[in-house]
Amino acid sequence: MAHDHKLEILRGTVKFKSNTQKIWGVLILLSIVTAVEVVLGIYKPEVLMGKIIGMKILNWIFIILTLVKAYYITWDFMHMRDETKGLRRAVVWTAIFLICYLIFILLQEGGYVEGVYSNGFIKQHGF
Amino acid sequence: MDTTVVNTGTEGKTWGGGNEPLKASYGKMMMWFFILSDALTFSGFLAAYGFSRFKFIDYWPIADEVFTHVPFLHGQELPMIYVAFMTFVLIMSSVTMVLAVDAGHKMQKTKVTWYMFLTIIGGLIFVGSQAWEWATFIKGDFGAVQTKGGNILQFVNAEGERLAIRDFTTSQHSERAQHERKSGLWFVSEGSLPDFTVAEVVKGMEANDDILIRTQMLDEHGHKTVLSREESLSMLKDHGNLVVHGANLHVNEYGSPLFADFFFFITGFHGFHVFSGVVINIIIFFNVIIGTYERRRSYEMVEKVGLYWHFVDLVWVFVFTFFYLV
Repeated sequence: MAHDHKLEILRGTVKFKSNTQKIWGVLILLSIVTAVEVVLGIYKPEVLMGKIIGMKILNWIFIILTLVKAYYITWDFMHMRDETKGLRRAVVWTAIFLICYLIFILLQEGGYVEGVYSNGFIKQHGF
Repeated sequence: MDTTVVNTGTEGKTWGGGNEPLKASYGKMMMWFFILSDALTFSGFLAAYGFSRFKFIDYWPIADEVFTHVPFLHGQELPMIYVAFMTFVLIMSSVTMVLAVDAGHKMQKTKVTWYMFLTIIGGLIFVGSQAWEWATFIKGDFGAVQTKGGNILQFVNAEGERLAIRDFTTSQHSERAQHERKSGLWFVSEGSLPDFTVAEVVKGMEANDDILIRTQMLDEHGHKTVLSREESLSMLKDHGNLVVHGANLHVNEYGSPLFADFFFFITGFHGFHVFSGVVINIIIFFNVIIGTYERRRSYEMVEKVGLYWHFVDLVWVFVFTFFYLV
């Protein structure tokens, strides 16, 4: 596995000649994504303040860009792209499944507690 | 003994043993599964942060107002800049790590040495930056008053700009002295007292007409609510309890103490990973120098610690998003 690297990223849109070149290419990609995040984080455009499924569009963008970064770090820096399907699925799907479950449970409950505080009879915060 | 079975007759067949269906060595695979479990630990922490945030969604601190400092640039509000720098340093050291792994595959000892060295330097810069970030957060800047109910009251002028308590409050003589072991019960001690008492802050506020109080409550535009002058004064007099500066595990001048708790816990746990990553990298670095892997004819060890190092970077990407961006 060690010596044959798959040298395409973005579903074959970008092809590199060597592994070293691919590493620098992925660095550029990650830097661009981070720069976009930082610029959006500083200026917070008013257009992106609308809500989709209970969360600001801006926050959805941040989370999606983070997942994009995580994909390229795992696939190219950690060479997941070059591993066998079996290893890749054993690691990645286990993580994705359990993490989605955890996030759903905790955020759901957090939202519920907030609802009890603000609508229920429990006085949330007397100053 | 003729009855002892020496050969099973299945050698070279699917169930004959010695198969590597995942085509990865034992060590590498176990590193992957360690990373998987560690990822779940971090997810647990971040999801717990999300839980608390959703629970207090209406008055969670705004990260842009908390982390505004950059070293050597005093008094300037530059949100995100320093943490973006830290992120870039960590990604960069991930790149040098993966270059070291690549050089290792080609058995180029000098290159591996140099790339490992750069990776270690990047890690040290990151850990140092995090220490600075912690120190700044603990020290605080404007100060605030905590109410009896645990809410945080901050001070602003008519334009909504933050005011520091020390700028409008003067310390007066107070009967209350810090308890020390030598002056009373030797087995009882307390931390240092706040610089000002709430009564002094009230005086300072009464002397300056344009000081208003900002509560943590977020309005529909996501801004903190500013009270009117009368409301501000009565709020401070009736509910003010403690002057707080900076953040620790009990109080947090920026808002909910939970924010500080999670910040210290999650970035601390991540910082500990970076630190141990640097230590492991240093060990491997010296192994490379003395030629251990050259003699072994394989630099797979570099690849394994590389996986760990990338994982640290991966976690940071998420911490960055959930603490600083979202």
